[in-house]
Parts: sequence; C-alpha cells; structure tokens
Amino acid sequence: MSDPVTTRPLKHMGDLDYSVVQQCMHCGMCLPSCPTYLETRQERNSPRGRIALMRAIADGDLEVTREFGEEMYYCLGCLACTTACPAGVDYPQLFEHARAEIEHQGVLFTPGRRFWRWLTLRQIFAKPWMLHAIGRMLWFYQASGLCALVRKSGLLRLLPEYLRNLEPSTPAVRRHFSAELIAELESPNFRKSRVGMLTGCVQDLTFSEVNRDTVEVLLANGCEVITPRDQGCCGSLHAHNGDLDQAVIQAKRIMDQFDLDSLDAIITNAAGCGSHLKHFSNLLKHDPDYADKAVIWDGKVRDISEWLVSIGFRKPEGNSISQKVTYHEACHLCHGQGISRQPREVLRAIPGLDLVELENATHCCGSAGVYNITQPEQAAKLQKEKIACIQRTGATLVATANPGCHLQIQNGIGSMAEVKHPVSLLAEAYRAERSSVSVE
Amino acid sequence: MKESLNVFSTDSPGYLRLSSIVGAENILSRPEDLIPYGFDGTAALKESAVCVVLPRTADVVAGVIRFAAAEKIPVVTRGSGTGLSGGSVPVKGGIVLCLVHLNRILEVDPANLTMLCESGVITKAVDDAALPHGLFYPPDPGSMKISTIGGNVANNSGGLRGLKYGVTRDYVMGIEVVLPSGETAWLGSKCVKDVAGYSMKDLFIGSEGTLGVITKVLLKLVPRPKARRTLLASFDTMEAAARTVSKIIEKQIIPCTLEFLDRKTCKSVEAYAKVGLPTEAAAVVLMETDGHASVVEEEAAAMAVIARENGAISVEQAADEAHAVRLATARRSAFSALARIRPTTILEDVTVPRSRLVDIVSFVEEVAIRHRLDIATFGHFGDGNVHPTILTDETDHEEMERVHEALSEIVDKTIALGGTITGEHGVGLAKKAFLPRQFDEASYSLLKQVKRAIDPQGLLNPGKIFDLDGADS
Repeated sequence: MSDPVTTRPLKHMGDLDYSVVQQCMHCGMCLPSCPTYLETRQERNSPRGRIALMRAIADGDLEVTREFGEEMYYCLGCLACTTACPAGVDYPQLFEHARAEIEHQGVLFTPGRRFWRWLTLRQIFAKPWMLHAIGRMLWFYQASGLCALVRKSGLLRLLPEYLRNLEPSTPAVRRHFSAELIAELESPNFRKSRVGMLTGCVQDLTFSEVNRDTVEVLLANGCEVITPRDQGCCGSLHAHNGDLDQAVIQAKRIMDQFDLDSLDAIITNAAGCGSHLKHFSNLLKHDPDYADKAVIWDGKVRDISEWLVSIGFRKPEGNSISQKVTYHEACHLCHGQGISRQPREVLRAIPGLDLVELENATHCCGSAGVYNITQPEQAAKLQKEKIACIQRTGATLVATANPGCHLQIQNGIGSMAEVKHPVSLLAEAYRAERSSVSVE
Repeated sequence: MKESLNVFSTDSPGYLRLSSIVGAENILSRPEDLIPYGFDGTAALKESAVCVVLPRTADVVAGVIRFAAAEKIPVVTRGSGTGLSGGSVPVKGGIVLCLVHLNRILEVDPANLTMLCESGVITKAVDDAALPHGLFYPPDPGSMKISTIGGNVANNSGGLRGLKYGVTRDYVMGIEVVLPSGETAWLGSKCVKDVAGYSMKDLFIGSEGTLGVITKVLLKLVPRPKARRTLLASFDTMEAAARTVSKIIEKQIIPCTLEFLDRKTCKSVEAYAKVGLPTEAAAVVLMETDGHASVVEEEAAAMAVIARENGAISVEQAADEAHAVRLATARRSAFSALARIRPTTILEDVTVPRSRLVDIVSFVEEVAIRHRLDIATFGHFGDGNVHPTILTDETDHEEMERVHEALSEIVDKTIALGGTITGEHGVGLAKKAFLPRQFDEASYSLLKQVKRAIDPQGLLNPGKIFDLDGADS
C-alpha cells in the first residue's frame, strides 16, 4: 500500500515559482480537453488533478512518490489543456519541472530504465556523431535486406514483447542526412531576408527530405538559408523527459551555432522542437552568459508555416497536385505554439489540392514524443481514433508538421493515405511549376 | 504518508464490505488519488475524503448509501466538481460518491419533448442529443462542457439564457433519487400537468446533495430557435450599461441573453479567447435574441436603438453564427480568465431585482475603493445576477481580511435591496455564514426541519448550506 518515499529536498519543483501552481483555480475547463481524463474519468489523470498533486508536494502534504511519477508519465504532454485553460496556467513548465523532480528523486528507478535513459538522453541524443552513427547502422540494417532476413528468421522473438511490437514501426532512416542535401549557405536569386535552418535530430535522420523541401521553399521566397553542420538535438526530448540539466547543455550548444544578429529568423519545421525552442529564455533565465541571448533567440524562432505566412509567401501556379488532403494539427504546433491557421493557409495556396477539415483535428494522435514507446496501450487507442477520423474524410493525403505524428499516422493508416509535411507539398508544387515552365 | 490524509486502509473491514458492493476497482483510497478530489471549482476550500467511490449503476449507488447509513459515514455526492460554492468539497472522514460514470442517455422522446438520462451525463451532451430532433435544452452554465446534469439539478444551475428560458428547475419533469435510507424514489412524470401530492422533485432540485442522491433526470426540451442575433454594445460607464439593460426589460423586450462585462473582465477574456471584445470600454453588454427570424430582427434593432439612446459608444453585430457562438463561449470563460490577474479569484453571485442593478454595481465599485481591493464585475444583467469577482491572494492574510469585510458588506447591501446572496451558484460552504442574514428565523428553521425529516442521521453532505447543531434541535 505505502510507496517507497524519499525525503530528498525538492530541486526542480523547488525552482518553480509558487504562483505558477497557484494560477490553476481548478475550474475544470481543462477536463474535456484531456485525453487521459476522457479515458479514465479520474481526476488524478486530469490536468487540474496533476496540478493539485504538484501543489500538495509544494505544500509539503505529499512526497514525490512512485504513484506521482507514474501519473506524470501517463500525461501525454500534449498541452491540449493549455489551449483550454482560460486562466493561462503554464502547464508546460509545471510538467517539465515535475518530471525533472521525479527523475531527481529517482522514484521510478529500475536498472533497465536508468540504462535506457542514459543511452538515449545522455549518449545518442546528446552527441550528434553518435546519432549519425546509429542512423547509418539503422539505414544499413533496413536497406541491406538484413532487416527482412531478421524478420523472417524469427530472431525478433528473442526481444521482449514491447520491443518486438515496436520493431515494425521503426522509422525508415534516409540514405542521405540533411547535411548531404543542404549546403551550409544557400542563396536565392533575389535576397529579401536571411534565416537560420534547424535540421532537428529525428527529422534529420528520417525526414531529411522535409528539411531539403523547407530550404527550397525558403529559397523560392527570397530567403537566404544558413544551415550549420552537426546541429544535433535541441534538447526538447530531454526537457520533456525530465532531464532539464542536459536540456540546458543542448540549448546552449545549438544557440552557439547560429550568429543571431545576422539572421531575421531561425526556422524549424518540427512542431515538437519549435514549442521547446521558443522557450529557451525560461530554461536559461538563471544563466548569466545565456539569459539575454535566449530572449533574442526566442523572439527569432519561427515555425516554417508561421514564417511563410508572415512574409507573404508566393502562391504556386498550375495544377500540380489534384488530391484530397486533410490536416492533422500536431499538439506542439496548435497547443504548444498556437499555430493553426498558417499551415492551412499553406495548403490552401496549393492549386489542385482540396483541403477537407479533419474531425477532432487538434486531438493528440498518441505519438507524443516517446509516449508510444512508454505507454503503448493508451497511444494505440488515440492512434485508432485519429485514423478513424482521417478515414471519414476520404482524404488520400494527410498533412502534418511533426515527425512523431507523421510516423504515428503513417504506421496507423498504412497504404490508404500518404502523410506529408505541408512544406513538402508546397515544395512539390513549386517544382511542378518549374518543370511545366521548362517544358513549355 | 502524512496522517492528515486519512488513508482508508485496504484491509479494513469497512473497505472490504464497500468493495463487495462497488468492486475494488471503483474505489480510490491512495493519497495521490484522493488529493485531486479534495476541491471543486471554488477558491481556497479543500478537504480530504477517506475514499472516492465511482459507481457504474444506480443500484450500486443505493448500495453505497445503505452501507454509509449502516456505518454512519457521511457521503458527499459529486459530478465533475465544477461547483462554485464548495458544495461538493469532501467532508472530513466521509466518502465521496462520484457519479461521472452514470453517463447514459436513456431516451429522447420527440413525441413528448422529453429526455431521460442518468445524472452523470455532461450538460452539453444533453443539448447535443436534443439537436438532431430539432430540440433544445436551454440551461447553459459556464461549465456546460464538463458539468454533469445531476450536478446542475442539485444546484439548480443557471447560465446565460436565464432571462428568457429560466434555469435548470424549469426543465426538470422528474428525477430518480436515492434517499438517505438507501431506498430509491421516482418523483415527477412526463405529464405537463401533475399536481399529485407535494411537488417533491422541487424539494430535491437545488438541495445541493443534502437530501438525496439524484441518479436519473427526466428533462423537458423545447423547439430549437430558428434564428439568432448577437449584439455587442460598449459603454464608457458601468451605469450606462446597467441603465440600458433595465430599459430593455422595461420596454418588455425579453432577449435570451443580456450579459455584462466590465473592462477588467473584457481584458482577461480577450487575452484568452481573442474574439474581438472591446478592451478599452468601461463596460460591454452582450445581447442575444433568438426565435422566429422576423421577431429576432425586430428585437435586435430595438435593442440597438435603446443602447445608443442610453449612451452606448458603439453597437456591433456578430459577423455570423460561428462568431456569435465564440462570443458566448468567451463570456462563459470569464470567471476562469480573471484568474490571470491575481493568484486567488473569489467569485460572488449576488442577485437583485433588476430595477436595482445600478445600485448594486455602483456599491461594488465603492467597496473596492474603500477596501483597496481589485474587483472585476461581470454577470447576467438581464437576471439581476452579478458576479463581482475579487482578485486577491489567499496567502496574504491582511488582504484576505479586507476581502471578507468587503464580501460581508456586499451581502448586506444585496439583502437591503431585496436581493438574494446567491442567484445560481448555491450556498454550499462559501455562503453558509450569510444565509441567516437573508432568512428570517421561521424559514431558516424550516430548512433544518426538512433536512431532519428526510436525512435524520445527517449523512448526506453534512455541513453544507447550514449546520445542524445541537442548539437548534
């Protein structure tokens, strides 16, 4: 009955201003937006319930327990509650600090968990060379036919069940990563602005062509693009998973690679990264060397659709893609960054594309970072609901702007529809326009 | 774990008996499970229950009540916990009976214009189920997207459409209620006219869970209005806004909504909802009329004229139906949006006869200045129901003393104006101390006599509305 409790002083939750917790006046407006509350109808699985637990911890009425730890990892971090919250509670900050505290206190500790966290957060996603090396190996495994051989051989049965179930959904790693597709400096014919390009980590390995498409679209709209080499992870993965210390290191590293003064904007095309990248000032507010720079940084980070609409991007001509498309809103774009209108504007600008609205477009697809690995059951339920909604639209194309959602939806829908980033569709339309001109 | 959390041990005989009734999977007793049930939507009220029980059927509800009666354990019934008077805050040492799983709509009867549903159905789901039949369930409390219909009935909730359509009570034709003895009673019928015996259902409507546990509700539905017009008028004084509302009613126009928001409220709501509310005007009145298209046009035009005659700076019409819905939704978020300003948001619910609106609104302004408090005011002006909201910090004891002084003065003024201390939120814990000021001795004692007659052991939601102390018995 009683959980093992620790008596270590609060480190990360102690850093939080009490007013952030107090901001929640528990009116309950968040409840109908929360996927986990709707699943169980239990208050602890709701945003205000989780905040009540954090407040109890801050008040000294509750220790950081294993139960609390499990609750905070049952939360998807989809941030639908922040859109629903009239009181403006900063749930992302509460969520990240709570998870960091859970890790600090070690209430979820198992030797296996510690190993996997060390390997992923402190090695693979902390060191760009290692991520690339792993990417190369995965590419070889998938492209060489070894993967098919292993599947056929039954060797996979040696893996634990949850890993075995995940194996088929391993993303297909691209042969060429972003740095091979994008030069460090690419200039348009007539330069109107100068932007930095973030290539991401997962995006870099599994969707490097989306990065290429992003650069092409930027060039087509008069933006000179600077793409630093070996960028690595921005730390979003670390912050969302309770490793704020490493998130700070990653944030500084990525900031160091851009000459902020010379850039009009820093462009990201992955929603999960964008919603983290825009809040470096919060992460680094106590850092004497980076606090000021982080404020400038936050002001320059733009999602690609947001940027394109703000500069009045050029609409392609011709009739390149005659398909029905629907748009799934990545949580960290619509809830995390408040960007809903702009990706639709990009899609509507593409001639021939018929945009049909998706029922519950802002509901989480269950990908939620690594949620589909840590909570496969709940993730699968959300995926199923999402796919059913997509099928009702009759669309053969699904547009979404986050690699996690992209994979989750493509895995769920199979060959019935193709998933694309809106910027890739725009790039395709520009390309079609150019080829039709050259044919004429 | 801290002792004060009073964990209901899973090997105690009481727990075992209870779990044989509801099933162990439907009982929550760990501190991490209980803490989130320690409050409702009211600021600064918190208590811990011994356990939370989540029954799936009305029969199980009756079983839980029989168990509680035998064990003499108090029971607090709740739905989604969005109440604004502390009515569903747990009682120390008691059980919380949460009915959110009783969420089936049992029947829509278009021939009789009724709907039968379980009490845990979400209010908005009631109206959504009426829609395909061309029918309408008008009561729309601010929390309608998550509040339960049982909670609405138990609190006789109001909403934005009270002026024309009335409140929850006006739509309840029958209820199934589990009595404190554990027996189940059906009160009311599908008949439009029914005077058989006392109107017992009316006793339970608004009883705040102190007399019985409502498990089913038979609701009256009305034809869905064909047309709707929404206007937004801005004023540079609160008095001009209040005067406009009084004039509209005096001219015998009864729109469905006449909502008022002061500048602070407009700013907070606009920061959240971004629907184009004027943020510089001293007061804004949201007016909505619905019904037949020609009547709606006529009323909208007449209201616009009255607003201009009474000093409106501008009168705008909602661009389309979607914009009108966004405006009403934004207004519903007013209370929560005000929480942006200060850590603690204390909401009042005083109501006066409509002709006295100007008096109460100017009194609240004066009180705010005198006690150096930040008070935002919004409310259902058409109903005379205002929500002065004190923006404060519960950890600042000196300021909280001034808050209590101010509340007390607002209550006294309301009563002096012939008003009531609560128009739609209920008494619960938050307004319990003020109730004797409004009631004369005979009516206050009548409340207690009724309570003792129906719940002699005092097990259902004890200590809410009033205290049953030994001195009165």
